[in-house]
Amino acid sequence: MEEELRHLGPQALGVLVRRGAEFASAEDAVQDALIEALRRWPQGRPEDPRAWLVTVAWRKYVDAHRSQTARHRRELAQLEEPPPGPTEQADDTLHLLFLCCHPSLTPASAVALTLRAVGGLSTRQIAEAYLVPETTMAQRISRAKRTVAAEGLAGPGDLSRVLHVLYLVFNEGYSGEVDLAAEAIRLTRQLSTVSADPEVAGLLALMLLHHARRDSRFADGALVPLAAQDRQRWDSGLITEGIDILQQALARDRLGKFQIEAAIAALHADAPTARETDWPQIVSWYDELLALGDNPVVALNRAVAVGEADGPQAGLRALEPVPATVPRHTAAEAYLRERAGEAARAAELYVVAAHEASTVAERDHLTRQAARLRRSVEPT
Amino acid sequence: MAKYLLLKHYRRTGGPTNLPEADIPMDRWTEQEIADHVQFMQDFADQLRERGEYVDGQALSPEGTFVRYGGEGAPPVTDGPFAETKDLIAGWMIIDVDSQERAHEAAAELSAAPGQGGRPIHEWLEVRPLLADVPSTTAE
Repeated sequence: MEEELRHLGPQALGVLVRRGAEFASAEDAVQDALIEALRRWPQGRPEDPRAWLVTVAWRKYVDAHRSQTARHRRELAQLEEPPPGPTEQADDTLHLLFLCCHPSLTPASAVALTLRAVGGLSTRQIAEAYLVPETTMAQRISRAKRTVAAEGLAGPGDLSRVLHVLYLVFNEGYSGEVDLAAEAIRLTRQLSTVSADPEVAGLLALMLLHHARRDSRFADGALVPLAAQDRQRWDSGLITEGIDILQQALARDRLGKFQIEAAIAALHADAPTARETDWPQIVSWYDELLALGDNPVVALNRAVAVGEADGPQAGLRALEPVPATVPRHTAAEAYLRERAGEAARAAELYVVAAHEASTVAERDHLTRQAARLRRSVEPT
Repeated sequence: MAKYLLLKHYRRTGGPTNLPEADIPMDRWTEQEIADHVQFMQDFADQLRERGEYVDGQALSPEGTFVRYGGEGAPPVTDGPFAETKDLIAGWMIIDVDSQERAHEAAAELSAAPGQGGRPIHEWLEVRPLLADVPSTTAE
C-alpha cells in the first residue's frame, strides 16, 4: 500500500495545484491525506483510491484555508467535480515538474523538491540518499516550497531545467535504501509519456544505456573502467530499449545534447568488445556536441576518443588546448602518455591525478594505475 | 551539491595578509564580547540549518594524544603532542552546498565572527572538499 500511495500522492498534488491551490499548503494537505489513507484503508480500501485521495486532500486544503472564505467557497463547489481524464493527468505531471524545477531554485533544492513532490519519497529517504541530516533536508524542501509558492510559474515551464534536474538525480546513483538512478529513470519515463520533446527521449535513452552497465562498473568495490568491464554482464534488454528510444528521437531531426550523449553511450553498448568500439564515429558525435557550445569537459572527452581513434599522439594534441583545470585532465593525460609508451611520465601523472580525484573510488583506481606502472618501470 | 569541511584552527595571523591586531586572545576580551562571539557562532549554524546546508559540527578539546600500533600483544604506543601540530584544530563543521564559491562564502562569513570591540576576528578557516564515494553514473 505504501508503494501505491507513493505514486498516488504526487498525482493528487498535481490535481490540487491545477485547481489553483497554493503549492506549499497543497503539499501539506496531500501529506495529511496520505496519513489518513494509511490509517483508514486497511479497514476498507476505497473503490477509486485516487479519487478518494484527491477528495480528502482537497478537503484538508480547504479546511486549512477556511478563513479566506469568499475565494474558497467557489473552490469548495469544485469538490464534487468528476475525476480528471488522462490528458489532464498528463498536464498535471508536467505542471508539477515545472514547478519543482523552478528557475529560481538552486539545483540541489530542485532535486530535493522533485523527489519529494513528484517522486513521492519521504524526507528521511531523500536525506539518507544525499547523506545529510533529515532536519537539513526538511529545511531544504520547505524553503524550496516557499520559493515556488511565492514566485509561481510565469509563462510556460522550462523543460531543459527539468531534464537537468532528472540528470542530476540519475548521476547521484545509489546510496541508502533508495535507488536514485532507478527513480530518475521512472520519473523520466513518466515525463516521456507526456512530452514529445526528443531531448526527453534522449535523456531516457542515455539513462537506460548507462543503467545497463551498472553491475559491471564495480568489482569487489573497485572501479572497473569501461574497456575492462565484463560485457556479458551488461543488461541487453535495457540496451535494446535505450537504442530503440534513441533511434526514434534521432529520426525527428532535432538534435540536442542528451541525444548526442546517448548516441555515444549506444556506440559503447553496441560494441561486442572494447577493441571493436567505433571510435571514429564517437569522435564525430563529440564534434556535434562541441558544435552545440564550447565546453572544456566535452573537449577533454573528445581528446580521449581521438586517442583511441587516431592514436595517443593525436589524442595528446587534441588535449593540448583543453585547460588543465578541467576535472580529470591529468588522468586523461596519464592514460594517453601510457599508451604512447611513456610509462615513467604516465606513472607520475597518475599520482598527481589520484591527488586531484574528487571521489574515493577514482582516487584508489588512479593510485593502482600508478603502482602498476611503477612496478613495470622499476622492476624489483 | 558537494560537502565541505570547514576547519577552525584559531589561526588569525600569518598568511598573505597579516592582521596582527586581530590576534588578541579571547581571555583579553570583555564578557559581553565573548557572549556576542558565542551567539554569532550559534546564529551562523542556525542560518545554515535554515538554508538546508548544515551537516554536522563539533568543537574539539585542545588536548589530544597520538596513538599507534605497538606490535603483536603489546599495548598501544602513545606520544605527542608533537611540535609540528602546535597549529591546533579547535573545531570543525561540515556543510553541503551548491558550489565551492558558496562554501568559501560561508567560511568567510564564519571568519567575520566578532572579537574585541565587536570587530571581525578575520581568522583563517581551512576549507576542504570531502571526497564522494563513487564518481557520477555517467562519468567514464
